[in-house]
Amino acid sequence: MKYNIYLYILVMAGVTYLIRMLPLLLSKKELTNRFVKSFLYYVPYACLAAMTFPAILSSTASVLSATIGFIVALIAAYREKSLLTVALFACLAVFITEQCMTLFV
Amino acid sequence: MNTESFKKGLKDGIPVALGYFAVSFTFGIASILGGLTTWQAVLISITNVTSAGQFAGLSIIAAGGSYLEMALTQLIINLRYSLMSFSLAQKLEPQVSWYHRCLMSYGVTDEIFGLSASKEGKISPFYNYGCMCIAIPGWVTGTLIGAISGNILPGIIMSALSVAIYGMFLAIIIPPAKKNRAILAVVVLAMIISGLFRIIPLLTKISSGFVIIIVTLLVSCAAALLHPIEDENQSKENTEVEV
Repeated sequence: MKYNIYLYILVMAGVTYLIRMLPLLLSKKELTNRFVKSFLYYVPYACLAAMTFPAILSSTASVLSATIGFIVALIAAYREKSLLTVALFACLAVFITEQCMTLFV
Repeated sequence: MNTESFKKGLKDGIPVALGYFAVSFTFGIASILGGLTTWQAVLISITNVTSAGQFAGLSIIAAGGSYLEMALTQLIINLRYSLMSFSLAQKLEPQVSWYHRCLMSYGVTDEIFGLSASKEGKISPFYNYGCMCIAIPGWVTGTLIGAISGNILPGIIMSALSVAIYGMFLAIIIPPAKKNRAILAVVVLAMIISGLFRIIPLLTKISSGFVIIIVTLLVSCAAALLHPIEDENQSKENTEVEV
């Protein structure tokens, strides 16, 4: 690895801490700009969606098992299951698919 | 020291700690898959205390991305914390000193912010310290045990487990998307555009960290322009998405 892992961690932690600390230390006024508030409101959704797809498809040993895991997770999430339940269903779907693949392929 | 606020914080922090344990367990496993040691995974959890940011950071470390890419990704993904800190600053008495403000900042997460935001009137920093004292150890031990499991579980189990984090992300974004069409549009568009970055010839050269930054900025800006949020309560309720 050409980069130092501890420097990575330092950059991560430093940036994350400053984001939290500066407004708390310096701000005396409430944030009122509607565009900024709306933007910050949508950021987590856009970000998590972009992080999930298409990365999920290459997360497991095969694209097929990952796709099935993705579909199962979508259904479970749509039914508003808890975070852990959705994750476990997705894992189980991947596991079963990969077991089937070793049996039949 | 305000013992009463501290105790209240400890009590309110228990369910948060349990939730954190489950999520950070997955982070521990993902860290091992990404080539980190158990100690490094734990160090990240101690110093960052943020799920989406840590997972994004992990993918940059695994891909050997630049420090600039790391800094920008953390900035974008964790930008919402500054909004929470702004809001939290309103709930403090003006005379609360700088060292309390600096110490509280370390524990500004969606859940801990959610707890302090739900309190009537002004809050004491000791309430936040109480939450932090129970929730953050949950976050760190979850990482530790996840990393240890990641080192001993067989390959086929690990392959299945590596989908877990994405399952969790979906569990966070899909339910609000069901209720709010603007969020649905944001989620679908973000997925389509980041998918395009993986298939359009020249765009595939851009590293995954930058793709996440570009897509997040693009889609969130568009949504903020086309569909600005209405009132404050709505934004507060729905920003409590993850750590």
